[in-house]
Amino acid sequence: MTFEAFVEVRRHPGIADPEGATIERALPTLGFTGVSGVSVGKAFRLTVEAEDLEAARTTVAALAERILANPVLEEVRVSLSEVAPA
Amino acid sequence: MTKVGVVLFPGSNCEQDVLEAVRRLGAEGELLWHGDATVDGVDAVVVPGGFAHGDYLRPGAIARFSPVMDAVTRFAAEGGPVVGICNGFQVLTEAGLLPGALSKNRGLTFRCEMTSLRVDSRKSALTEAVDEGTILRVPINHFEGNYQCDPATLATLRDEDRIVLRYVDNPNGSVDDIAGICSADGNVVGLMPHPERASHPLLGSEDGNRLLTSLLGAAARLAVSSPLG
Repeated sequence: MTFEAFVEVRRHPGIADPEGATIERALPTLGFTGVSGVSVGKAFRLTVEAEDLEAARTTVAALAERILANPVLEEVRVSLSEVAPA
Repeated sequence: MTKVGVVLFPGSNCEQDVLEAVRRLGAEGELLWHGDATVDGVDAVVVPGGFAHGDYLRPGAIARFSPVMDAVTRFAAEGGPVVGICNGFQVLTEAGLLPGALSKNRGLTFRCEMTSLRVDSRKSALTEAVDEGTILRVPINHFEGNYQCDPATLATLRDEDRIVLRYVDNPNGSVDDIAGICSADGNVVGLMPHPERASHPLLGSEDGNRLLTSLLGAAARLAVSSPLG
């Protein structure tokens, strides 16, 4: 089975995020008020061949923890969806 | 003669400077290719600065999986001195040889300037020959030098005297003004400032030589006491 994975890597809550803070400070000068909690992360799209959804999730979670994210600073969120055969 | 191996990744750019600096101090220097899983019988390893693998993903994130890093990890486990400078520090944290991580500088600015460092521990191979409290002038050149770790790790580093260098005037937001730390045994050291760029009067400072001399001393002592393969 083929799955499309979407991996979001973002800062642990509480870890300083200077990029997010800088963007947040810029927003009012552009007229956008009432916006807070801006954080900057990375997103990855992968296509995975696996037996089933759980196997695909295990693989993607493992590779995300191993290389896509630095667990000291970042946390990972994985979403998966099956790709329908053509 | 004490032999220093300097790791060369695609994108390293301080390796020749480190070789020049250690040779001027009387050591032998050789490059260690990232694709070779050996440290070739050297007495000390330096992981130099630069942009290994283009810093893609994160600084050090790809370099840590290089074959040479397996050999460096074994060498470190046997007690061999390993120093990561700047990008090399980032590689060592990504490889898990040192705790914590280097995050983007506070203020989101690339900092390239002379800094004053205080030697706060002689526990490491890089500082064992320098008195605590000594102020050294050594330049930095980085965007991601903001050392971060969780509070428990910071407490451990403090309790075990493993914060070896602190900035006198913190340039990047590092916790506790940390410029350099070492492993529990002191043989693995990481620092953001570049000692090799403070190794000659023409560079504006020779203070980096005091750190490199310390490293060479530690390497020579360890080589005599337990020859490393």
